[in-house]
Amino acid sequence: MLFLEQLLNGVQLGVTLFLMASGLTLIFGIMGVINLAHGSLYMIGAYASALIAAATGSVALALCGGLLAAGLAGFLIEFFVIRRLYQRGHLDQVLATFALILIINQSATMLFGRQPLFVKMPDGLNGFVTLLPGLVYPIYRLGVIAVGLSVACGLFLLINETRVGMLVRAGATHREMVRALGVNINRLYAMIFALGALLAGLAGVLASPIIAVQVGMGEQVLILAFVVVVIGGVGSVRGAFFGALVAGIVDTMMRAFMPGLLRHVLSGPDADALGAGLASVGVYLLMALVLLLRPKGLFVRPA
Amino acid sequence: MRALRPALLALLIVLLLALPVLSEALRQPAAIGLATQVLIYAIAAMSLNLILGYGGMISFGHAAFFGIGGYVTGILYSHFAEHSAFLGLVPGTNDMLIVLPLAMLISGLMAAIIGAFCLRTNGVQFIMITLAFAQMLFFLFVSLKTYGGDDGLMMRRRDVLPFLDTRNDTNFYLVCLTLAGLWLAVTRGVVRSKFGLVLGGLRQNEQRMEAIGIAPYPYKLVAFIIAGMGAGLAGALMANYLRFVSPGMMNWTRSGDLMMMVILGGVGTLMGPLLGAAAFVILESWLTTLTENWQFPLGLLLLALVLFTNGGLAGLLDRLWGRTR
Repeated sequence: MLFLEQLLNGVQLGVTLFLMASGLTLIFGIMGVINLAHGSLYMIGAYASALIAAATGSVALALCGGLLAAGLAGFLIEFFVIRRLYQRGHLDQVLATFALILIINQSATMLFGRQPLFVKMPDGLNGFVTLLPGLVYPIYRLGVIAVGLSVACGLFLLINETRVGMLVRAGATHREMVRALGVNINRLYAMIFALGALLAGLAGVLASPIIAVQVGMGEQVLILAFVVVVIGGVGSVRGAFFGALVAGIVDTMMRAFMPGLLRHVLSGPDADALGAGLASVGVYLLMALVLLLRPKGLFVRPA
Repeated sequence: MRALRPALLALLIVLLLALPVLSEALRQPAAIGLATQVLIYAIAAMSLNLILGYGGMISFGHAAFFGIGGYVTGILYSHFAEHSAFLGLVPGTNDMLIVLPLAMLISGLMAAIIGAFCLRTNGVQFIMITLAFAQMLFFLFVSLKTYGGDDGLMMRRRDVLPFLDTRNDTNFYLVCLTLAGLWLAVTRGVVRSKFGLVLGGLRQNEQRMEAIGIAPYPYKLVAFIIAGMGAGLAGALMANYLRFVSPGMMNWTRSGDLMMMVILGGVGTLMGPLLGAAAFVILESWLTTLTENWQFPLGLLLLALVLFTNGGLAGLLDRLWGRTR
């Protein structure tokens, strides 16, 4: 039962990572921009919803406010910074978005201080539900999984069934050709970036009652999202989905069971230390393995 | 203006050598420490510049090797102080003549392992992967409770050298100056060698280099290893300067700082990283005296630098010189 519970925790981390990684992979796949400030959008979503929830106590307002703040921040970042970087090299993009992280993180520290904010679990969602005899699981985490999966479905429909999705798919493989065919690239780019920002903001809003809302939270999840993008393959939303689930489950499982497994072979403290160390590097080892076998990622077809 | 370059270089060398005397004469004792940091970061930035500027490999995980160099120093010292041995096999030491080469060797080995994976990719994946591996090492050292974990390791004294008291800050500054000069010479040698030409060619057009029969992978890997060794050396020196190592040394923001130094000074120039390191360290220490929120103006400055200039300080100087020429 502990195993199933941890599996669900892994899936829940996985869908959060998917919300981040899908935005990253779309923004890179379509626009050719590497956006380090994606984690900041996650943080902005979390902060906005935490502050609104504390002030009004309304879940709906907190959700909308978080999404709105992240979307607005995404729009401003695209308009003032990213727009100037399309024609530049990756180095300039990395540095400019790194500068954005410094600015946004420091602004958050100045505005809200270094103390983490804790968000009260919304009423009605703070209970537990019995899934199987002996398996009791928090409703909120189940809700996160449900929201994440439905967003993933929506995204698949958007990409595979709509006109915008067609442009997205075309842009991911033949960016120059789409531009040459007279598509309004600036509008498409702005839309993709805003979509990515909304997804990151949603991830932040969903995570805010589970984790501490603090400066630097964005970068932790950003780096894991990078791992997911590399595992799944750059530009592939399907890859981001499966990569995120695998990474989420591997990370959670290793943390939960590695010290216990090692205790069979080593003495207690040694096993705990080594287990904790191995658990923290588990996803990265997975990434190294994927790179050995499929350097372009699992879900990118060889051209 | 080109003719003035050797004169400027000579002036710089004289200034650096005379700095201990100058700082005493001008009653600025803090200048020595600041200059030591500049030189140490310059070594790290020069090594990053070799792969980033000359080789076109945008590594966002260079601080990992900086941190490894630091930890080699810290771990050897802690075993020396406790009269114990690393893994029960390798005794600790506080002899700088052993510590520095060992720090470079181990950083080089780690660079070989990490580089072997990372260089299977290129472009944006390379950026993400170098960042991810550096972060992996960061978390590994955070979880290593034996060596201080999150809190890091303190060293009671600096590592020792024969015939020279390294506890004296001026002496330690001169050690760093010598090593920075040596590393500059190494970089210059590498860049101007046939190997360096191939590296530059790979940056400009990898496909063409492959077409003329040069396999990119080994060249890139060797450059990556050399760069890792340079960062390891810098990390070992920094551990000695601060007498402290912590996982913070290899945090991803540190990689960003190193990149910022390279950019500030000018990508792919020999003296650029030194200028950039000086600009960064001086800027940081100045901004921290003004406000505790010094990262805010630093971020704005970096953003403006990237968006509105091309080529950093060295490029700016070149352009100014170009105009007056």
